[in-house]
Amino acid sequence: MVTGREDRIVNGVVYALLLLVAVVSVFPLLFVLSASLTPYSEVLRNGGYVVLPSEFTLDAYRALLAEPAIPRALGVTVFITVVGTAINMVLTTLMAYPLSRRELPGRSAVLFMLLFTMMFSAGLIPTYLIVKATGLVDTIWAMIIPSAVGVFNVLIMKTFFDHLPQELIESARIDGAGEFRILVRIVLPLARPVMLTLGLFYAVGHWNEIFHAILYIRDQDLYPLQIVVRNIFLRSQSIENVDAAALPTVTMQMAAVVIAAVPMIVIYPFIQKHFQKGVLLGSVKS
Amino acid sequence: MTGVGAPPAPAQTPAQAVAAAPPAPRRARWARAWRFRSLYLMLLPGLIYFAVYKYAPMYGVIIAFKDYNLGLGIVASPWADPWFKYFDQFFSSPYFGQLMVNTFLISAYKLFWGTVPCLVLALLFNECRVTWLRRWVQTISYMPHFLSWVIVFGITVAFVSQSTGLINRGLEGLGAEPIGFLTSTDWFRTILVGADTWKDLGWGAIIYLAAMVGIDPERYEAARVDGAGRLRQIWHITLPGIRNVIILLFVLRLGNILDAGFEQVYVFYNVQVYSVADIIDTWVYRVGLEQLNFSLAAAVGLFKAVTGLVLIILANRLAKRWDGQLW
Repeated sequence: MVTGREDRIVNGVVYALLLLVAVVSVFPLLFVLSASLTPYSEVLRNGGYVVLPSEFTLDAYRALLAEPAIPRALGVTVFITVVGTAINMVLTTLMAYPLSRRELPGRSAVLFMLLFTMMFSAGLIPTYLIVKATGLVDTIWAMIIPSAVGVFNVLIMKTFFDHLPQELIESARIDGAGEFRILVRIVLPLARPVMLTLGLFYAVGHWNEIFHAILYIRDQDLYPLQIVVRNIFLRSQSIENVDAAALPTVTMQMAAVVIAAVPMIVIYPFIQKHFQKGVLLGSVKS
Repeated sequence: MTGVGAPPAPAQTPAQAVAAAPPAPRRARWARAWRFRSLYLMLLPGLIYFAVYKYAPMYGVIIAFKDYNLGLGIVASPWADPWFKYFDQFFSSPYFGQLMVNTFLISAYKLFWGTVPCLVLALLFNECRVTWLRRWVQTISYMPHFLSWVIVFGITVAFVSQSTGLINRGLEGLGAEPIGFLTSTDWFRTILVGADTWKDLGWGAIIYLAAMVGIDPERYEAARVDGAGRLRQIWHITLPGIRNVIILLFVLRLGNILDAGFEQVYVFYNVQVYSVADIIDTWVYRVGLEQLNFSLAAAVGLFKAVTGLVLIILANRLAKRWDGQLW
């Protein structure tokens, strides 16, 4: 073949660069993990953090979990992830299903109303005033209710429903089944993939929640994990007095990062397939 | 003349005929809507959500034209005099130019560094003939997308921290002075954009890769017959084949250029770098919720929202030219 040489070179370059991408994606996480396990003696000896310290310690994790802030923040984050995702899914489904029914009068008006919020939003301050007026400020619900439905996710689910076999729904209706029954008994069992994908998207969003907490939460007892971890970086002095002396600040900070990241990284390999599907579903739409 | 849907029954009473005749289309419409009542019932909770948390704030925007007073509330607060007082205050303040420059630059850098590397990575995936390798690298490179900005910030600190960061230790090893990347106005934006690129490198490649997979394999076959090597195939078939997708995504992201990423900037920045890091959203947050100057913050937010709306509509117009649509 004429192109044999070029082929080999291209392949070589492609494999090398892909390996580089893999290393660049993973190495920072491993480095953070190693830093979170590094005792003070090592930092002193090496003049900083190294990729592979010769001694490890779990003290930073012990110290962090002994602080009331982290376990409490974990509780808050788990709560908003579970309850928030449940609310998201119920409301999203209840919007997507009627909107997938072409014969519904007023359907396009509702769709426009949804799309318009994607293009124009009132902004932080007026939204804050409404959240305050509805009594959510400084309650855990401020991190759940103001983001109860994602327009984009409604559209993804609606698109999925659009492509379900209409005859099934039609025949169920002729058999006298009500809409709720059709949704629960016929549509939802067929919609498992999209439900899983969107549920995971919502859940990741809640786990990583910081935006609403920045805006609406002043009560420290209600801080979600991400805020508490961030504050460890800001006020590294105050947390150091726990077990401190033997623990450098950065080790603590990195341990906090690992605590916040680990659940995501552990479940990621199992769920990544669904995410990929989800982004493609979404892009077909736009 | 019989009403729509009214049976032509001779036994109809006069009263019924009168009721059915002129308003028939309207009644028929309501009757039709009534048949769908359970679907509307399903929509109701969602509609209430949108009305309260998306549309009511649009009404609340009027505080941009009022001297908002926390005690009086949205309706009772007096109108600002003149009505454009807060807009004027913003446009004539030194912040205006700085915020626009920062927002625009951070967005533009992110646009470039969030497009080209992803495109290159998608090409690499597309050219990779070893399936397991491609799968593995794909899986690994998508993962950072799901990490929160706080985690990405922590990772960044591990590398660039002035006292202990890996990069500064390397610099010291080379005999150079350590650099406070996160507190340096020269470096901050680079770090910000670099972290953004790292987070979404693999994720951003997905859509380009999907477009590449859709290219007709016969075209590669034909090129091969003509003696085109791999590089020429990439240049003459792959890239032109996804040209529309590239342009479409670029234009759509251009429409959102005023969103430079509140969460990331908020998590990454500090007082020392406000002059290069402060974007419209972070400024609005500080002025509104920290200094409690609600009217000024709302005015700036409204300015951003209206400009953003215009940009999105323009972007969509442009995108339509390349055969794509936002709605």
